[in-house]
Parts: sequence; C-alpha cells; structure tokens
Amino acid sequence: MARRCALLLAGVLTAFSALPAAGATVTLACSGLGISFDLCRDGAQEWARRSGNEVRFVSPPKGASEQLALYQQLLAAGSPDIDVFQIDVVWPGILGNYFIDLKDRAGPDIVRRHLPAMIEAATVKGRLVAMPWFADAGVLYARKDLLEAHERPVPQTWEELQDTAALIQRAERAAGRDRMWGYVWQGRAYEGLTVNALEWVASRNGGTIVDPDGAITIDNPRAAEALAMARGWVGSISPPGVLNYMEEEARGVFQSGNAVFMRNWPYAWTLVNAADSAVGGKVAVVPLPKGGPDGRHTSTLGGQLLAVSKFSAHADEAADLALHLTGVVEQKRRAIHGASNPTIPALYEDAEVVAANPFFAALADSIANAVNRPAQATGMRYNQVSAEFYANVHEVLTGRRDAKAMLPDLTEALVRISRGGRW
Amino acid sequence: MLVVLAGVAGWPLVRTVFFSFTDATLATLDGFQGVGLDNYLWLMRDPVWWRAVWNTLVFTVVSVGIETALGLGIALILNAHLPGRGLLRAAVLIPWAIPTVVSAQMWGWMFHDLYGVVNAILMGLGLIAEPRAWTADPDLALPVVIAVDVWKSTPFMALLILAALQMLPRDLYEAARVDGVHPVKVFFRITLPLIRPALMVAVLFRTLDALRVFDLMYVLTGNSRSTMSMSVYARQYLIDFQDIGYGSAAATMLVLVLAAATVLAVTLGRVRVDAGR
Repeated sequence: MARRCALLLAGVLTAFSALPAAGATVTLACSGLGISFDLCRDGAQEWARRSGNEVRFVSPPKGASEQLALYQQLLAAGSPDIDVFQIDVVWPGILGNYFIDLKDRAGPDIVRRHLPAMIEAATVKGRLVAMPWFADAGVLYARKDLLEAHERPVPQTWEELQDTAALIQRAERAAGRDRMWGYVWQGRAYEGLTVNALEWVASRNGGTIVDPDGAITIDNPRAAEALAMARGWVGSISPPGVLNYMEEEARGVFQSGNAVFMRNWPYAWTLVNAADSAVGGKVAVVPLPKGGPDGRHTSTLGGQLLAVSKFSAHADEAADLALHLTGVVEQKRRAIHGASNPTIPALYEDAEVVAANPFFAALADSIANAVNRPAQATGMRYNQVSAEFYANVHEVLTGRRDAKAMLPDLTEALVRISRGGRW
Repeated sequence: MLVVLAGVAGWPLVRTVFFSFTDATLATLDGFQGVGLDNYLWLMRDPVWWRAVWNTLVFTVVSVGIETALGLGIALILNAHLPGRGLLRAAVLIPWAIPTVVSAQMWGWMFHDLYGVVNAILMGLGLIAEPRAWTADPDLALPVVIAVDVWKSTPFMALLILAALQMLPRDLYEAARVDGVHPVKVFFRITLPLIRPALMVAVLFRTLDALRVFDLMYVLTGNSRSTMSMSVYARQYLIDFQDIGYGSAAATMLVLVLAAATVLAVTLGRVRVDAGR
C-alpha cells in the first residue's frame, strides 16, 4: 500500500520534471547518529531502489558550527562532491545562494502541504532553497501528579506558571524534598538561550528581534517585561545553575524528579518516560504559556531541511531524492519508526502516526504556532545577531544589567553588526 | 632555513594581515574587496573586543603572578635534599603533561553545579551553604579559569626554576653559612639575583602563552563574554560568523599585542633570549 502511494506520489512529483535518467550516483549528507542516521539511510535507499539510481552517504562533523563552516567552504569552492545537504532551519539565509530553487520542481500542491512557517524559513528572496524535512518546537513538560496533588491547573500564562511553580516548590520542600525546583530551561550563553528568550518575548507579542523587513524591533516595553520576568525566575523558581544549562542539563534535573516544569524540545518525551526515569508516566506535554492574558501560545521553530547544491552534476536526481525524503509517505514512515516530527500538519491527525506517538496531539498546536528566528532578514549575519542577543540576555539574567537599560545597547550593537541597518 | 621559515610562518601571517584589510568572508574567499582600515575601526569601536582584551590581561597578570610565586616555592622545596625527590619531581609534572583540552573538560565536570565534586567537598566542609554555579556565575567564571591554569602551568615554572637552582655554585652557600648570614637574606641576596635571568625567561614564556590562551576558556565557558579572551573573540568571528576580514583584523591585533609584550619584557627585564647566562 505504502509502495503504491509512493509510486503515485512519485508520479505527481516527476510530472514537474522530466523523469530522471537511471543510474546516477547521488551523494547525501545527513547528520545525526544512531536512529536518525538509520532513518535517513533507509529512506534514501528506498528511493535508490525505486528510481534505479545509487546513493552515497557522507557523514558531516557533529557540531553545528563545524558543519556550517565545512559546507561554506565546500560550496564556496564550487565543489560538486555533495548533491543533497541536510541544513538547519536557520541556515538558508547563509547558504541559500548555493542551492537550486525547488519551488517549481515541488509544485504549489506539495508546498501547500507543509507548515507555512517552515516554508517561510526555507524561502530566501522568493526562492525556495530547501524542502522542510522535520520540525522541532519548544514545549512545556509538566508533572501531572504534582499539579493534581496541589490542585493546580495547567498554567496558561507565564504569570500562572510562576505562581504554580513557586507554590509547589514551597510545598514540596516543606514536605522534605529540598532539592525541588519549579522550572528548568536552557540559560547558557548559546543558541538555545536565543531560542528560549525569543519564546518569552514573542509570547508577549514583543516581536522577533528583527522583523522580516530587517528593522530592529527588540527595544520595546513588552520585550523588556518578558526579560525582567525571566530574570526574576533565576534563584527563585529556577536553580542559579540554569545559566549554564543546555537541553541535557535541564532534562537531568527534571528526569530525576527535581523540577515541576521544564521547557524542552520534543526529543525529551521518549527519555523522560523511559524505564530508568524517576518521572515515567507522570508527565504531560502542553504548549508553552502565553505572555499575559492578551499574549499568545507560541514557541521557537527548529528543525531541518534538505537542500540541493547548484554545483550538483545530477541536479534532477538530487532534487528528486530531496522531494522523496521530504514527501508525505517518507515523513509518515519517519514519524512512526523514529518519532520524527513531520512538517506536514495533516500527519498529526493521521491515525497510525498518533497511535505510534500519542503525545503528537499535544505537539501539533505548538508546531503550528511556532515563530521563526530572524534568520531570513539577517541573512549572512544571523549567527552574529543571535550571539549578540544571547550574550546580552545572559547579562540581564545574571543580574548584571537591567532589561530596560540593556535593550537600547543591544539595538546599537545590532545596528553595528548590520553596518547601519543594511544587513 | 629562511625559505622553510617563510613558508610555514611568514606566508600564513602575511595572508592573515592581508585579509584584515578586506571584506572577505568564508563564502567569498576569492571575490573580496579591499576596505582599508575599516575592520580595525569597527574593532576599536567594539566594547566586546575591549572586554576580551581586559579579560586576557587580567588572566595573564594574575595567573603568571601566582604561577611564578608557587613555582618558585615548589622549586626551592624540590631543590632541598628530601628523600624521594626524583619521584616528587615526576609527580609534579603530571598536570603539565595532560593536554589542556582534556584537563579543562575534567575540571569542567568537577566544577559542575549539580554533580560536581568541588561543590560536594565545599558543602561537606560547610564552606558554602548551597551549590555554586562556578562556570555560569560571571563573578566566578574567570577566577575558575585562572585556577585551572595555575594548576596546569605551575609545574612548568617550577621545573625551569629548579634547573636554574641546580646550576648555582655550592661554595657561595658554604661561605654564607660560615659567615652566619640569615637564610632569608641568603635567598634575596644570593639565590634570587643568580636565578633572575632564567626566571625572566620563564615568565616571558608563560606570559606569551597566557596572552594567546584559547582552549581553557573555550572548553569551560564556551563563547561567554565574561571570560572571552582575544583568541576566542578572533575564532568566533572567523568560524562562527565566517567573517574572515574582521576576524583576521582581530588576530592581527593579537599578534601586535604579543609583539609589544615581548619587546617590553626584553627591554625592561633585560632578558637575554639568546643565551642562558
């Protein structure tokens, strides 16, 4: 059945480009270890069998910044060595010029199936330089059992989360669990802090640092409010060490039963419910809170895309492979076998997908309401913008700077980075 | 010999200096334009750069100071005729033998706020009431980096000073003992002046090393600005931001600072780099 579907889909896909000549060797760089590499390999080999081509795999370096530097050098040198690249959702602005436009090859029907925010992230100056492969969005992990025991509802706003976390923390410590904290998240000065802080700001309708037209919007009262609030968490409902936490450190605290709430990516779901977890079966996944009553539930969009190099000697086959891997059949298979989050909203209502991943229902909203980091507008300079943002936010969180006083300086620094607003 | 030097040292340096006057990025390594002193002007206007310079200087002065004092003490102890001196000498060298990246990672785990052994020990002794976030707290991060460097580099100082101590003529000390000179006076009047040239060379070596420190900060605190050194700053622009022109300007400034420090040390300290004594 799936195979028939794939064939049908292939028919749709290839209607827009001539059928690839059989027998080309396409080189694919998909990152990741263990299950994620297996998923990538199986999908690509399926395509090879079906199309009569061959696939070669290369393993890029593990760290994201090393990966990006390598891809930059390869592509700047016009190397045809790699045909299909797996890229982070914030890279199209940096690498987009080296990739072919997939808009016509995919066709409007295929493009329409994907999350609009994902397509937006993959579009640079009107060109669709990559296809969305899987999504990622921040979610709130909550201890169901503690909320029930203390008769508190799931928090809808950050203010509620703050009150509930403080109340349960106090009560639990009074009951002798003195290592209990209310809320853990990612506060180290790295990309993850940009992701967290953007969630606080955007949930209060405080914009996304730089707007899509390139205007620097971060210096506004709502952003200042959001950052001042987060500063209040450090040392009260969040451990002081949160300022050096990345994803795994936060999970360590939550999974050992020492936190009421945690902000993390969906990957943690399987792990907090594993056999060796102290909180297995006691956890709920809910959307991140709104910033005040007139705020909105949102999260920062993460995820990966597949792009085709314009130096590829077999652009047609490479594009065909990218479209196969990002297509609905393959995304469904990845969701069922590897809990990978589809970029096609319809799949979150698919019976088989939901049966394999019951918590996907809770994710669908978060992914649908996610905002993009300002990687489009800032193009080549995104990493610098992000570094400037997280370094300054970190200063506020450590109590060295006041949020209101910091934002004008951050704006000035961003003006300097953009060489006077000319990104 | 000159050709080899020009090939391995001269060419990369010249290329770096050349790039610092262009707007080259990793993506435009052959399609760049000259921008004159632009990169340097932006660099001079960047408060983060000045903070990195300040961090580097604080790190250098404090860590080299402590290492010199400790190294001198350890060398004097090792120079005394203790039983098991050979074993001690070998043991002292261990921290210096471990690659910095490895020891930095090791210390990073020991300083961890949740599972770190440092917090466990200090809390056990009742010195701190609650776990400290050593590497996250901006007031503690630079002292932690300095402490790790002292642990690692003191043996190097001790060994160089010990070598100088063992060259000292015995009869001077015999004479001082016969005349009944106080040992403290002996140290300041005889020992210190005689080992001064070797001591200055050791201090110069450590200073140059400390000024271009990179691995300690990068492993312990990443790109955090509270500990960023000049090298970390230059790497961030070259690799993370792919801004070859600007990053080269930062790297060139670092070389100039190193050169200035060397010239200062050689002229002020009258260090003879060409001969031992």
